[in-house]
Amino acid sequence: MTSPTNIALPDAAAQLDIFRRMLRIERNDDATRKQIRLGRITAPYYSGRGQEVIPATVSNLLNQDDKICTIYRGIHDMVGKDMPLRPLWAEICGRVDGTCKGKGGPMHLTHPETGVMVTTGIVGSSMPIANGLAWAALLDGSKQVTVAYFGDGASNIGAFHEALNLAALWKLPVIFVCQNNGYGEHTRIENHMTVDLISKRAAGYGMPGYTVDGNDPFDMYAHAHAAVERARAGEGPTLLECKTFRFMGHVFGDNDAYMLEGEKAAHLEKDPLPAFRAKLIATGVATEQQLVALQAAIEAEVDDAIEFALASEFPDVAELRRDVFAEEIAA
Amino acid sequence: MSEMVTMTGQQAINLAMAEAMERDPKVILLGEDIADREGGGVSGTTRGLSTRFGDHRVRSTPISEQAIIGAAIGAAMGGYKPIAEIMLMNFTTVAMDMIVNHAAKLRFMSGGQSQVPIVIRTMTGAGYQTAGQHADFLEAWFCHTAGIKVVAASNPADFKGLMLSCIDDPDPCMFIEAGAAIRTPGEIAVDQGKIPLGKARIHQEGRDVTVISYSTQFLRCIEAVKDLEAAGISVELIDLRTISPWDRETVLASVEKTGRAVVVHEALRSFGAGAEIASTISEELFGKLKAPVRRLGAPYSAVPFSKPLEQAYLVQPADVVAAVKGICG
Repeated sequence: MTSPTNIALPDAAAQLDIFRRMLRIERNDDATRKQIRLGRITAPYYSGRGQEVIPATVSNLLNQDDKICTIYRGIHDMVGKDMPLRPLWAEICGRVDGTCKGKGGPMHLTHPETGVMVTTGIVGSSMPIANGLAWAALLDGSKQVTVAYFGDGASNIGAFHEALNLAALWKLPVIFVCQNNGYGEHTRIENHMTVDLISKRAAGYGMPGYTVDGNDPFDMYAHAHAAVERARAGEGPTLLECKTFRFMGHVFGDNDAYMLEGEKAAHLEKDPLPAFRAKLIATGVATEQQLVALQAAIEAEVDDAIEFALASEFPDVAELRRDVFAEEIAA
Repeated sequence: MSEMVTMTGQQAINLAMAEAMERDPKVILLGEDIADREGGGVSGTTRGLSTRFGDHRVRSTPISEQAIIGAAIGAAMGGYKPIAEIMLMNFTTVAMDMIVNHAAKLRFMSGGQSQVPIVIRTMTGAGYQTAGQHADFLEAWFCHTAGIKVVAASNPADFKGLMLSCIDDPDPCMFIEAGAAIRTPGEIAVDQGKIPLGKARIHQEGRDVTVISYSTQFLRCIEAVKDLEAAGISVELIDLRTISPWDRETVLASVEKTGRAVVVHEALRSFGAGAEIASTISEELFGKLKAPVRRLGAPYSAVPFSKPLEQAYLVQPADVVAAVKGICG
């Protein structure tokens, strides 16, 4: 795997922050699946379980006003970016206190205050829009960067190629973060493209591209750090192919029948969350007691958000006439 | 009374964009070949603007319609007012995901948090032997998507006034610049300001029948009306100007008065915007109509290349005359 020239290492505070974000993503995901199983939520759910390291590390390197555009499997990206959980849960439940008043749902959350600008249900569409946000930052003369998250399957769609070409041509402060979990829906990567590394596609647009171990916070940090620095310095975009695995299949309820025998079990054994937790303790970055307390605080935050969301009202049907245009549609 | 000058629709659009850019640094342009280095647009509509306002505000792009509209959407969410040129309306098909799934819907789907104040300028129209992939009127597709406004002017004053309104509108606007309509010179006040969206213009008042049209087809209706007036039929001619949301009030008031209506557009008659207008008239004014509402549009065919076929494809002034006479007998 190629590397940037200056390898940045996360210090203890950064490591702990990355772990906090990972745990917040995982606890939130676990609670979401539980609520769906209990029948308290009816919603399509695309779990990010197993992919926590990527948005946790990228978000550690971003400021609150940096932007992200993500996709239907994107709640881990939003939670990683520290989106507050109350409006997130209310949106998943289709309630009026949801960040989108219940009009978007789990595949389309938006929360500009934490930089979550667009969540798209269309494969590949995060990238052309991220370019525009980055263009605005460039025109403003700000140092803001925009991250476009997408999957391996999206690197085959036209929007990927148009967006990477334009971003490189205009030297936009954007980072294309491909979460390569090995499957585009149910199709294995070797059955949807012939190149072995998605990062190689960057060369076709004259931008740096790296293949990263997306389950290793240190490798992720080094590459994401370089990409953020490059974008902030006005040097243009980077493509990061972050290799990972989705533990819960394509959509919640997936039976994994299309996966190779033993593949998922092998990945589960290398679950990055307990591995990083053990490392933090072994290297003295955190104590067991500290991490137990962190987990309790996160679980309390999640429980509070669920309670808040389920107590929230459903939107009034008059909402159908609002937000179509700035001006309300006449009844 | 303001001083009047003569110019084409293209010049009027250029003037509107220049005035908006002068007034508001957030107005930016992007599209294929739009900068002066590339000739200032395939038809020259953006000529001079990159030289005057800088290449950073007037950016030529690769031939990448999805990337163009995506960049416009993102920049709009970042606080800018982008005007994106999609050279021809048929090329919007390459960017439909960005236009329909994103530009039009992000305000609603975000519960009002996002807004996408973009203008998509696009040319079209049959009559130039460009055939089926360069000449379609696809306005009905966009009218059928909630969250995007669709505008099609017929004369320089309206092009300027409506463009100024589209630029300042908080929502996405599709701005159709059709062949003859942007090239035909006309009078325009030197200080022509904004013309509100969603408001039709009564071009001439009449008693016997209301003819409703827009864009290039409206110009053909003006021709037809001359013949009809000569035949003693008094026509109220309405230029719709904004196709969605359309001015129901003006149209219904007119048809209530005349009792007859003919809706005319260049696009396919089947499932066209005219069907929406005609059915609304029928629903609202059924008891007051003196004849069935007629609608004229292109036959169910692709736009053809060969000249005789192309002429037969287009609704001609004689077709409008025949339709009106048919219900005024």
